[in-house]
Amino acid sequence: MPEVLRIEQLTIDFLSAERIAAVREVSLQVSPGECLGIVGESGSGKSQTFMGALGLLPRSARATGSVRFEGREILDAPRAVLNKIRGSRLSMVFQDPMSSLTPHLRIGTQLAEVLVCHRGMSWRESELAALRMLDRVRVPESKRRLRQYPHQLSGGMRQRVMIAMGLLCEPALMIADEPTTALDVTVQAQIIDLLRTLRHEYGTAFVLISHDLAVVGGLADRILVMYAGRVVESAAARDLLRRPRHPYTAELLRCVPDLSGPPLERMPSLPGQPPDAAQPAAGCEFAPRCPFAVELCRAQRPPLRRLGPGEVACHFPLPS
Amino acid sequence: MSMNRGAMIALWILLGLVALSLAGPWLNPNTIDALDWSHVASSPALANAHWFGTDRLGRDLFVRTLEGTRMSLIVGLVASAVSLAVGVSYGAICGYFGGRTDYWMMRIVEILSGLPLIFFVIFLTVIFGRSEALLFVCIGAVGWLTMARIVRGQTLSVRRREFIEAAVASGAGPGRIIARHIIPNVLGPVIVYATLTVPQIILFESFLSFLGLGVQEPHASLGTLIAEGAVEMQGAPWILLVPGIFLAVLLLCLNIVGDGLRDRLAQEP
Repeated sequence: MPEVLRIEQLTIDFLSAERIAAVREVSLQVSPGECLGIVGESGSGKSQTFMGALGLLPRSARATGSVRFEGREILDAPRAVLNKIRGSRLSMVFQDPMSSLTPHLRIGTQLAEVLVCHRGMSWRESELAALRMLDRVRVPESKRRLRQYPHQLSGGMRQRVMIAMGLLCEPALMIADEPTTALDVTVQAQIIDLLRTLRHEYGTAFVLISHDLAVVGGLADRILVMYAGRVVESAAARDLLRRPRHPYTAELLRCVPDLSGPPLERMPSLPGQPPDAAQPAAGCEFAPRCPFAVELCRAQRPPLRRLGPGEVACHFPLPS
Repeated sequence: MSMNRGAMIALWILLGLVALSLAGPWLNPNTIDALDWSHVASSPALANAHWFGTDRLGRDLFVRTLEGTRMSLIVGLVASAVSLAVGVSYGAICGYFGGRTDYWMMRIVEILSGLPLIFFVIFLTVIFGRSEALLFVCIGAVGWLTMARIVRGQTLSVRRREFIEAAVASGAGPGRIIARHIIPNVLGPVIVYATLTVPQIILFESFLSFLGLGVQEPHASLGTLIAEGAVEMQGAPWILLVPGIFLAVLLLCLNIVGDGLRDRLAQEP
């Protein structure tokens, strides 16, 4: 089956006072209906990869490589082409639902506008479609909500509205960039539940970007771990969570608190800082923080290579 | 909406002045260009229907002052509307696109604001002759510059907010984003500045008319009336005082209302 999204050798540089390498030679594919999780800490380039793919980078950024969406090259595509795809075939949900809705427009107007723009539907039909969509994302009292303004809704409600907006045109792919980070834990669980249900109802492919392995692990079929702008490991979610092959993934997993075990003295954490993106290292970017690093790791960067069912970029992957 | 007490009083006085200037022709039997040779430069009196007196040609000052107030208000409102429309769209385009577009568009604004306005007006008057349309064009051509700067600054800060990024990611084009998502969000400071532009423009129009570059006889604006009155200041001070007081009250009220509006809108989040 052809991929919905295929990113090849995507590299993004920010050209400010110094050249900052945000994303390095990232390749990935998303199949129809698949849910791909992207995990990494702040600044690992996980969001920038998809911002670059959608043409949402600031002016100071340069992206090279290839991004094919439904077989069509969209990196550096003209704005008119992108505007046709964005919001209809390819939609995006942002981290902060508090500020992602325009404050002076009613919920109904904002939702309907997407259909009026992309489908050329009338305002009346669009509002009806918006109402049905609000019901599907489990917004209670959807009729009243249509007439309300964003500030009258709670955070979780607003994120549901954002998801509804993303699904209105039945996209082939929805990119959710940290959709639950700004919400409290109980609402987080509801949103994850909702995404899981919607995935089965619509058959939409999802890319779920998060720094939280627990969030991604509960939803994704396949997980991609990024560190310092590179993919360090990718595998089926089940394999990756059970048997991480890259030391970084293993360290991340160690940091997920386990409620079933005995109470901990202190939360485990990964010592050190991620490397400075302005000064690329010769060897493995994770070497300075890696408990297993040897001379080879500091001198030569390991390529991403196939290992068992997944891929890993490490000279000495952990045994399975 | 409620403003502070002073601003509300100013608003009512202002509305009263507007109503008076509109109703003016029906309140008094005299017309703006009728000459009354039996009362030349007569002082204000209730007896002879020249309530504010007459000027040195025997024209009724009450009717002429109201006519002048109306003219000043029209010039102020029309020129403000022109500067609002041009300034808001120009500033929003600058701020939204940024980069080179912004750079060159703002340089144009700076060049225009560097032109000496009076020479510009005299130059245009010499070429096209005196007309009220030209007066609107001249004042409007300059009034939008500051407005464009204000809107550009506001747009720069709104453009970085997440809902703009979300709109871009939903496939909205730049025209739609500027018109629907940016301009409504910068309207607060714009409205305040617009109310403060009206008195500036009225003052400027009066100044031009005082110099003889503005409104033509027999029509009057507060500026031409003050210019006439200044000549007769010693013999018939009311010819200067009546339009002078009208202008002062008008400007004061507009400024107080503008300030009140600013205080009111500044309280909102």
